[in-house]
Amino acid sequence: MSGQTLFFTLFALGACLGAIAVVVSQSVIRMAFWLIISLGSTAALFFLVDADFVGAVQLMIYVGGTLVLLVFAVMLTSSGPYLKIDTSPGETVLAGMVALLFLFMVVVTQLGVDWDESNERIATAVGIDREVAAFDSGSEGNTLRTIGMSLLGLRPDLGVATASKPHTGYLLPFEIVSVHLLVVLIGASYLARAKRRRDS
Amino acid sequence: MFLTLASQPLAELLENVVPEGVAQSLSKLIPEGWQYFGAGLLHMALLFAVFSLCPFFLIWLERKVAGRIQDRLGPTRVGGRFGWLQSLADGIKLVQKEDLCPPSADSLLFYAAPYIVCMSSFAAFIFLPFSEGWVAVAADCGLFIMLAVMSLEVFGIILAGYSSASKWSLFGGMREAAQMVSYEIPMGICALVPIVAAGSLNLGEIGDMQTGGMLNWFVFHDPFTFIAFFVYFVVATASCKRAPFDLAEAESELVGGFHTEYSGMRWSFFFMGEYASMFAVCGIAAILFLGGWSTGLAGVDQTLSLMRSEGGVGSYVAGVIGLAMFAAKALFGVFVQIWLRWSVPRIRIDQVITVCLKYLVPISCFLFLGAIVWPLFLLLVTGYDSDTEWYEPVGGQTTWNEELGERFAKAIDGETSATDAENNEERSPDPGESATGEEPAETKTVTLNESTEVSR
Repeated sequence: MSGQTLFFTLFALGACLGAIAVVVSQSVIRMAFWLIISLGSTAALFFLVDADFVGAVQLMIYVGGTLVLLVFAVMLTSSGPYLKIDTSPGETVLAGMVALLFLFMVVVTQLGVDWDESNERIATAVGIDREVAAFDSGSEGNTLRTIGMSLLGLRPDLGVATASKPHTGYLLPFEIVSVHLLVVLIGASYLARAKRRRDS
Repeated sequence: MFLTLASQPLAELLENVVPEGVAQSLSKLIPEGWQYFGAGLLHMALLFAVFSLCPFFLIWLERKVAGRIQDRLGPTRVGGRFGWLQSLADGIKLVQKEDLCPPSADSLLFYAAPYIVCMSSFAAFIFLPFSEGWVAVAADCGLFIMLAVMSLEVFGIILAGYSSASKWSLFGGMREAAQMVSYEIPMGICALVPIVAAGSLNLGEIGDMQTGGMLNWFVFHDPFTFIAFFVYFVVATASCKRAPFDLAEAESELVGGFHTEYSGMRWSFFFMGEYASMFAVCGIAAILFLGGWSTGLAGVDQTLSLMRSEGGVGSYVAGVIGLAMFAAKALFGVFVQIWLRWSVPRIRIDQVITVCLKYLVPISCFLFLGAIVWPLFLLLVTGYDSDTEWYEPVGGQTTWNEELGERFAKAIDGETSATDAENNEERSPDPGESATGEEPAETKTVTLNESTEVSR
């Protein structure tokens, strides 16, 4: 067993067992704790496939941001010492059915793929793209510069743009997301201030 | 990434420590999978040994400095004249203490919380370079990963506060959550100010850029980075929950804050985590603003880089000198944090939040904008174009140079050049060749076009 397989098994188990524990446990804070295990293992899986940036974003946004906010909200709002979520048997059955259907879908998809062929294709594609962009992951790192240039509208990994086949990159989605976040920020601050009376 | 972590530095370590023949026979003896495992284990043990000793030293330093500031002696007896074994005595005492968990606490989370704090502070050191090339994982978004990993620490503290089933702990945890969620914003923005000047998130590259004289340090790069250094230091102090921002453990009001219910080793894990993250944020400050492992003297830096390029024992010595410089800068930062703690009174929680949201966030946003506009300002006023020279690292490897710059410029223009089949085989990564003139750059574009054709 190579190191990669060893670490993959370790983190994949962490992600799956953490996810199961989130569903099984009833205390909200414990769920958050298991969610850290699951999401942290997912981030480690990203690191394992050389997607450093995505892994770091996963840690920063989901674990460092969302989960902290979740626990913060529970601590501020819960009336009792430990907030529990009780699910009725009907809900459990329904959710279990949905989960089984999803599992079935994943298994069918997984069995339907010819992995050897697709691995080969990915290997050639990655090799060519790396060569085109003259990126050396050893000295230059893996993903960051490509992602940054793509978000600015350039695709260095696709070679030179021509008039007939220009690359657009991801400038427009990036701008849409930025404006969306700005709107959310302004809306949140408006809602937070709305309770103030006019005469005060 | 884990593979580079596990394989590369072990080989280097072995090369440095044991003779070559022994290293080779060792690597033949152990099967491949176990080699990775062993390398990981070795790194972990090294890291843990260094950063368990580091808090030992820092706690002793804290007590001595506090003693001097309060006009007393601090520890004097244990281990001879300066009481330098005091931390060891404290450690032995802590190990012997009973490991208590309150009956109404959520025992799983109560036991797990110190590990989360400790793990996240220690894991950050995987990405921190200690000298040129002396880093476990040289990630190209190293700074970002470090900040992301260190942001997990707050989660352990919140969990500790919540699961202890104590009012003091809950208050401490809530204060910590409020403080951290707000202080992460100016910390990220302030760390971006030197990044704008550097154009890279790779901590190793950022450190390399500042060699060759003190004026190359980013703190003296422009007025905005100069102010950003001090703002970053304030925010970093707050993010380690050090006084005057130590509201989460304010002992005069909250007994012990989030760690009220903890005892023995679990309690000391919080402190190991705290001192480790103090060193980590000061290390980031040293690399981002204070030149990392550069000595600040142009001649000495040149000699050191020469020694590095020679290889052998000389490069090892140069690495050790770099390590000493880096450690001195980071430890000075820690010393200032200790100094602040014993000189400045604790501020209230509303003042903490006000300082962050009303002052530090606008200041850091202004600094960030200023750092972006500064090159343009220089160009307009003095005619100095700071962007003509694309960055090339000292190590000699071409990563970001004129050739790539021209290629991007062409990509923007959508320009295609005429085919020139003769020069197809030229794909050398040497920056010198492309810098000679217009001709080689065109060659590159031609090669590019053809290989894209092939890939389709």
